[in-house]
Amino acid sequence: MSVNTIPALTPDADPIDAGGNHGRLEVVSSETTGDRILGVFTQLLLVFWAVLVIFPFVWMIFTSLKTNSEILFSPWDLPASPNWVNFSNAWNNAHIGRYVMNSLIVIAMSLTGTLLVSAMAAYVIARFEFPGNKVIFYVFMAGLMFPVFLGLVPLYFLMGDLGIKDTYHGLALVYIAYSLPFTIFFLVGFFKTLPGEVAEAAIVDGANQYQVFFQIMLPMAKPGLIAMGIFNFLGQWNQYLLPLVLMQDESKRVLSQGLGMLAIQQGYQNDYGALFAAMTITMVPTLVVYIIFQKRLESGLTAGALKG
Amino acid sequence: MYYRKYRVIIPFLLPALILYSVFVLYPYARAFYISLTSWRGTSANMPFVGFDNYRKLLDEQRFIDALTRNAQLLVVLPLFTIGIALLFASLFTQGGKGKGVKGASFYRITFFFPQVMSAVIVGILFTYVYSPNNGLLNGVLRAVGLDSLTRAWLGNPQTILWAIAAVAIWSSVGFYMVIFIASMQSIPTTFYEAAVLDGAGKWKQFKDITLPLMWETIRTSLIYIAIAALDMFTLVQVMTGGGSSGASRKAEVAAVYMYSEAFTKSRWGSASAVGVILLILTLILSVVIMRVTRRETYEF
Repeated sequence: MSVNTIPALTPDADPIDAGGNHGRLEVVSSETTGDRILGVFTQLLLVFWAVLVIFPFVWMIFTSLKTNSEILFSPWDLPASPNWVNFSNAWNNAHIGRYVMNSLIVIAMSLTGTLLVSAMAAYVIARFEFPGNKVIFYVFMAGLMFPVFLGLVPLYFLMGDLGIKDTYHGLALVYIAYSLPFTIFFLVGFFKTLPGEVAEAAIVDGANQYQVFFQIMLPMAKPGLIAMGIFNFLGQWNQYLLPLVLMQDESKRVLSQGLGMLAIQQGYQNDYGALFAAMTITMVPTLVVYIIFQKRLESGLTAGALKG
Repeated sequence: MYYRKYRVIIPFLLPALILYSVFVLYPYARAFYISLTSWRGTSANMPFVGFDNYRKLLDEQRFIDALTRNAQLLVVLPLFTIGIALLFASLFTQGGKGKGVKGASFYRITFFFPQVMSAVIVGILFTYVYSPNNGLLNGVLRAVGLDSLTRAWLGNPQTILWAIAAVAIWSSVGFYMVIFIASMQSIPTTFYEAAVLDGAGKWKQFKDITLPLMWETIRTSLIYIAIAALDMFTLVQVMTGGGSSGASRKAEVAAVYMYSEAFTKSRWGSASAVGVILLILTLILSVVIMRVTRRETYEF
């Protein structure tokens, strides 16, 4: 029986209960009015919160198309005509174009690295018996509890000692390391659910373990890898604290960091249009990734949180 | 077979173990040692000072104030985030699976969106939403005739921390709502059908069925939010313009204090001690939350 049949539970449709449980019947019938009031209330509340979420972003996009004086003196009006020059100012003068490139370079390395390194480790932890298997898993899990702040100072000096402070690959390595705990946690769960028969058959046919992993298990784990790819893309694209500390060379700043710096400077330079254009440029990739992959992202995140 | 097995295990585990040990475990371990020194970063020798940094921190009013703000956020953020998220989640799943609200998927996608946005953008955006003269919030208040409520939200020592907390709640409600919806939908609908037959109203169903059966999810969420309340670095840093003068000082949290100890004052020992204190607080909080919220768990 599905829930949808409940409202049909009217007195005459329920002969079993004819022997007087009138209180209950009243509750059931009065619930239709109650439901209606609740329905209106629900809709109002949901519309209110949706406006609360959408409005600031819409306002941001409109503001990015206004001139400076429009922003200051008529913050409520639509732009008289779209002031596209804000975008070229943001891209060139405020260096957002360079920051986008820097972010893409770092993420191309770190995202590939995160998925490959985590998948290999998770595969072994999930599907092989060996002493220390559990311990290694829990050591990675401990990383989920520790605040990044704890390691920040030694990390800053370590990067200097290794000569990889202010380098793209240095930042990418740190991104990978800090993405491992959650990604491994998620992928271990995923690899455990995959059937083993195909791999066994392949081994019987003479495939070695590397072929089994790269040609059979990895393709089978594609949904899990995609979920983690999106999750880590968003996390690494939005990362602020690590680059703030580890990328102090101005020309190598990544996007969130550059945007944060720009917001502080803009107070002095007063080019609000360019600042809002820069924010819009930063938001667009997130928005696109989110809308395309929303379902997978949601299921990936909730799986992690529910098991955690 | 034995030998073949390890030819896979070792090379597959090594990259992850090396990266994790070098960039995560080693810095964490070293932070404990640095916190016991008065190292200023310039010389190779690190004078050992025992627990001096900790003692000085606990005497430092500015640090105590910062920690107090984290404590206030620890109360406010979970209360509102979980409260609002539970309300929305139960509206979407009223009486069990399948009976959704009109436009449910649109609302879900919309509410979740701020969570995937960079905290930097969210912070900058709300700096302008709160701006005293041409900001959105004061504009709305004036438009509905509540001029007396308008103020410089981020320039006023009384409102700055709460204005920032509101942004944190605004951006994470959707995430917890989605988690709660998933948890609520895993409850078998027969439970609700039986409750309706017994004459249980909506509130009673929520209190006696939904809440106990999703308790584990709520506990996990509490820990997530508690950890977030001990952090808050990006939002506070961005929304106070990175500064710590005037009203901005009234929103300084422990993480921001640590950042200024480290990267503007080069007091590496003291900064590391703040990191250790934050770790200890995180662990204590998680244990306390697990203890306090322990209930009988229901299998279904």
